[in-house]
Amino acid sequence: MAVDYATLKAGGFMRQKQKNTFSLRLRVVGGTVTVEQLQTIAAVAKKYGHDYVHLTSRQGVEIPFIQLEDIEAVKAELAEGGVQPGVCGPRVRTVTACQGGKCCPSGCIDALDIATELDRRYFGRQLPHKFKFGVTGCQNNCLKAEENDLGVKGGMAVSWVKEECILCGVCEKACRQGAITIEDGEIRLNADQCNHCGRCVTACPTGAWHGKSGFLVSFGGTFGNSIQKGTELLPLIEDEETLWRVADTAIDYFAEHANPGERFAKTLERLGWEDFTAKIEEAYHG
Amino acid sequence: MADYNITDTVDITDVVCPVTFVKAKVALEELEEGDILSIHMNDGEPVQNVPRSIKEEGHQILKLIHNEDGTYDLIVRKVGD
Repeated sequence: MAVDYATLKAGGFMRQKQKNTFSLRLRVVGGTVTVEQLQTIAAVAKKYGHDYVHLTSRQGVEIPFIQLEDIEAVKAELAEGGVQPGVCGPRVRTVTACQGGKCCPSGCIDALDIATELDRRYFGRQLPHKFKFGVTGCQNNCLKAEENDLGVKGGMAVSWVKEECILCGVCEKACRQGAITIEDGEIRLNADQCNHCGRCVTACPTGAWHGKSGFLVSFGGTFGNSIQKGTELLPLIEDEETLWRVADTAIDYFAEHANPGERFAKTLERLGWEDFTAKIEEAYHG
Repeated sequence: MADYNITDTVDITDVVCPVTFVKAKVALEELEEGDILSIHMNDGEPVQNVPRSIKEEGHQILKLIHNEDGTYDLIVRKVGD
C-alpha cells in the first residue's frame, strides 16, 4: 500500500530521512504541557521512539523515530494520556505564548488564555500556506510576536490619578520611553511616546497609575527563508471581542487572497498593504 | 520636607542586576516593621527596576530622590516580617 504522506503530514507526522520513519509533532498550546501529558509522551518515546523528544523552536514537542507500522498504536496511546498530534503543512500551526500575566510580573495580558482561544478557533485550519500565531504578554516580547503571521502583544492603556499620587518619581524612571515627566507637581504623559508597556502601573507604589489591558497586533511576520518583521496597523485593542474580529478578518483575508505556498507577508507585499489595512481598520472599528 | 526618619541605609551601586535587588532585600530583612531604609542606587537599570521589585515584595515606597550625580536614593518603609 502506498503511504499517504500528505495525510500523515497533516496529522503531525514529519517524514524523516530514514525510510518509513517519522518525527511525530504534538499539539501544544502556549508552551504548556501537563505532567500527565509529559508522562504519556515519555512513555511513548521510550516504547516507540529513541528514548528522547525534540523541543521545537516554536514550543512544540516532537517524538522522533516513530515507525510507520506503529503510527496507529502511538496515536491511541497518546490519546489515552490526553495528548493529540500536531500539524504540519499549509495550515494554522502551533500557537505559541509566554507565561504572561498569570505568572510574570511584567505580563499585561493572560497570554495562555489568548493562545488557547486562538488554538480553539483556528488550529489546523487549512490555508494556502502555513500560518503562525504567537502571543507575548508585554513589550519585553519574550515570545517574539512579530515573528508570526499574526502576533499578539499585551499592553496597557494607562492613566494617572492625581489624588492617589505622592509624586515619588518612580514612574518617571520606570518608563523606558521617556514618556513621563514631572512638572510643577503634575505628572505629564506624552501619549505619542507611550508604548503601552504598563511599567508605570506596575512600578507605582500607590496605585496612582491605572492600566487597562489590551492587545497590540502585528501582521505578516515571517522568520524562515525570508525574514520580515510583522507590522502593527492598529492602536491598542482594548477588548477581546475586537481582537477576535481583527484575527478573523486577517486569517480570512489570507485564505481568500494568498496564492498556494505564499506566506502572509508575501501576499501583502504582492497586493499592497492598502486594501488589507482598510479591511483590518474596518474590523477594528466594528 | 522629609516626613520620615531613616533607620538605615544600603548602597547597591557596587553591584549589578539581579544582585542589586537581592542586596536591598537582605537589608530590608534585617529591619523591623515600620523602619525606613534608604537605598542608594545607580541611574539606569537599577532605578528602572529595583523600585518595582521592592513594591512587589509588599514594602511601601515613600520617595525617590534624584541626587543629580547619576545616583538615586529610594526611601522605603518596611512592611511585614
